[in-house]
Amino acid sequence: MSTKNNAWEYADSIESASHINLRKQYGLYIDGKWVKPSSNKYFSSSNPHDEKHIADVSEANEDDVDRAVQAAAKAYKLWSKISAAERGKYIFRIARLMQEQARELAVIESLDSGKPIREARDIDIPLACNHFFYYAGWADKLEYAFPNQQKKPLGVAGQIIPWNFPLLMAAWKIAPALATGNTVVLKPAETTSLTALKLAEIIEASGIPSGVVNIVTGFGDTGAALVAHPKVSKIAFTGSTAVGKLIQKTIAGSNKKATLELGGKSANIIFDDAPIDQAVEGIINGIFFNQGHVCCAGSRLFVQENIAEKVIRKLKHRMQSLQVGNPLDKNTDIGAINSKEQLKIIQRYIDIGIKEGSEFFQTDCALPVQGYYCRPTLFVNVAQSSILAQEEIFGPVLTIQTFRTVDEVIQKANNSPYGLAAGVWTDKGSKIFNLTSKLKAGVVWANTYNKFDPSSPFGGYKESGFGREGGLHGLGAYLK
Amino acid sequence: MTAKYRFNEVPPSPSIDKVGVEERVKRFQSRSIKTTAKMQGLKMVLSMIDLTTLEGKDTEGKVRQMCFKAAHLHNGHPGLPVVAAVCVYPSMVGLAKSIVGKYGIKVASVSTAFPSGQAPLDVKIADTKYAVEHGADEIDMVISRGKFLAGEHTFVFDEIAAIKEVCGSARLKVILETGELATLDNVRRASDIAIYAGADFIKTSTGKIQPAATLQVTYTMLQAIRDFYDETGKMVGMKPAGGISNAKLALHNLVMVKEVLGEEWLTNKWFRFGASSLANDVLMQILKTESGIYQSADYFTLD
Repeated sequence: MSTKNNAWEYADSIESASHINLRKQYGLYIDGKWVKPSSNKYFSSSNPHDEKHIADVSEANEDDVDRAVQAAAKAYKLWSKISAAERGKYIFRIARLMQEQARELAVIESLDSGKPIREARDIDIPLACNHFFYYAGWADKLEYAFPNQQKKPLGVAGQIIPWNFPLLMAAWKIAPALATGNTVVLKPAETTSLTALKLAEIIEASGIPSGVVNIVTGFGDTGAALVAHPKVSKIAFTGSTAVGKLIQKTIAGSNKKATLELGGKSANIIFDDAPIDQAVEGIINGIFFNQGHVCCAGSRLFVQENIAEKVIRKLKHRMQSLQVGNPLDKNTDIGAINSKEQLKIIQRYIDIGIKEGSEFFQTDCALPVQGYYCRPTLFVNVAQSSILAQEEIFGPVLTIQTFRTVDEVIQKANNSPYGLAAGVWTDKGSKIFNLTSKLKAGVVWANTYNKFDPSSPFGGYKESGFGREGGLHGLGAYLK
Repeated sequence: MTAKYRFNEVPPSPSIDKVGVEERVKRFQSRSIKTTAKMQGLKMVLSMIDLTTLEGKDTEGKVRQMCFKAAHLHNGHPGLPVVAAVCVYPSMVGLAKSIVGKYGIKVASVSTAFPSGQAPLDVKIADTKYAVEHGADEIDMVISRGKFLAGEHTFVFDEIAAIKEVCGSARLKVILETGELATLDNVRRASDIAIYAGADFIKTSTGKIQPAATLQVTYTMLQAIRDFYDETGKMVGMKPAGGISNAKLALHNLVMVKEVLGEEWLTNKWFRFGASSLANDVLMQILKTESGIYQSADYFTLD
């Protein structure tokens, strides 16, 4: 009687992209208008899944950046003076418009960045909306946030964001800046400009005064021009530590304020008394969320040695059920690596790991023939002195180290130039409090990982940067 | 057959973080089962159903009709599987066997003073023997939840082992009644005890207590089965029962089985649904998937 059904594969379940509305070519959004780049140069934004062209995006040069900053400086005179409730009204409006277009934004984000539609739909876009809602609420309550301090806005904020969470990072940057009365020039990453440009359309539709938000697209030199511009009062940057250092050099001696949110090599620590299956799930989400393109990814796993074998066995088994493939498939867990360059970097690290002789494991899932894909990868028995355990890979690669005692793991976790995030998994509350006070990391999660909320500040120690985004701290970074 | 393990060989159970379990379950629920996968899944669900009637008012007439339905799920649609088993009280086993036996459908009987389990062991043994002697292929026993909650885990273990012994070749499903165990930690511990005591299947609920087979509970039990398999190489079956009344929820159960245990478990030898009304919703979905149109509930028989 037993009916054998031994192969049950999920059929394709592709999210439709027929409803999205993209222009063939995008200008720069400066002073409330769409303008041509003075360079007359455009570059292609392509889909990392099939390497196909999606739309042409303008390359802003120094003149364009100057136009944008001048527009923002002009708008600042108005925006910093209008009533706070009025500012809040526009930010609320942006949040609601984003919500209305959430599905379209999710599909475009997935197409342009390679992230799974499930994540864009369930995490990126709702969280981006929530940041606008959250900061809209603060706009007319700053006196309560900072009582008796008569805080004032800074002026023009130059904001440069990365390609891993394109719309979400735009929201993290723009929402608090507007709520506090600053005006903005934002530069998205060159591989993922499209949702920022859609956001520019939404901002245009919100009726916010011209020049309050300007969006200039381009490469590193566009960003450099923005950082160097004398009328920019504040730099907010999320990206690599190398670029963060360059920015600090550029603004040294100037009056510019900065918040830098840079790289990480975060420790995820599993004790033998942890809820083991949930910890394994937390490890998976910690490292494979967004293909590992997460600055706070739990990329260094520390497992207590007496449960290491079990945890690794469970991890490998769980990894086998991760679906790698077309980002628009609703069942995809791991999408495409954002760019060919990033895929090369990840592969170089994998080669280093194999050469170093750590035990190597990848799942045996089939990969799409085209596009930039990387299987979820483990390196077991890695030493602290391995390159793999020291440098940020920014891909779906997890290193596993074992430890024996609490002191040992605190020492090893802190023994890194980075200090962005950490995770602690144990059933014992006292152990959690002991570790959270000793780990040098901006965020420490207990029995969970990669949880974000607009009301919670986020930022790093050491080479992971300085300043906090989100929550009250995020407001403070845009006030003097 | 005697239990292969002693109570002191049951390994310590891992703690269960409810919040983490809820998150994991949401991921299973976000799996999108479409087209060919949906059709294959729906047919699999039908073949895994233990069509159940467990009422004080059960009569021969009721059982007879349900047994006929078990073999004829939808006359208008040839090629559908039959259900895996019918599940009845011991007094109805002989009758059920005489009707469904020829279709290859198993007869499962609840026993051990179902649903409360509040009877002495010799009564439970007699109850079980009666069902087995009348032709039950499977025994669905209940554990003593009172004893479990009072901390008498050895008692629970020994009782399961004793019932297993009188089952003979009948396969033993052990009902934990998770709605009374209250916490996922308890569900996990009871699962481990039942498995090591000799359960061929572990089963969530009697259907008499709410909540019954929630995805969180089923997931926790599947993990216990996974761990036992990793330790010993032996497969144990799973039967969520109670509260699974629609096709979508049933498919998400299959997603969990596939991802936690693997495709070897995706047969009615290792996975069952205890349900009385699930079959019709699945039939409705099958016909809708084929024709694109939903039919009224009046086109599906109620037995």
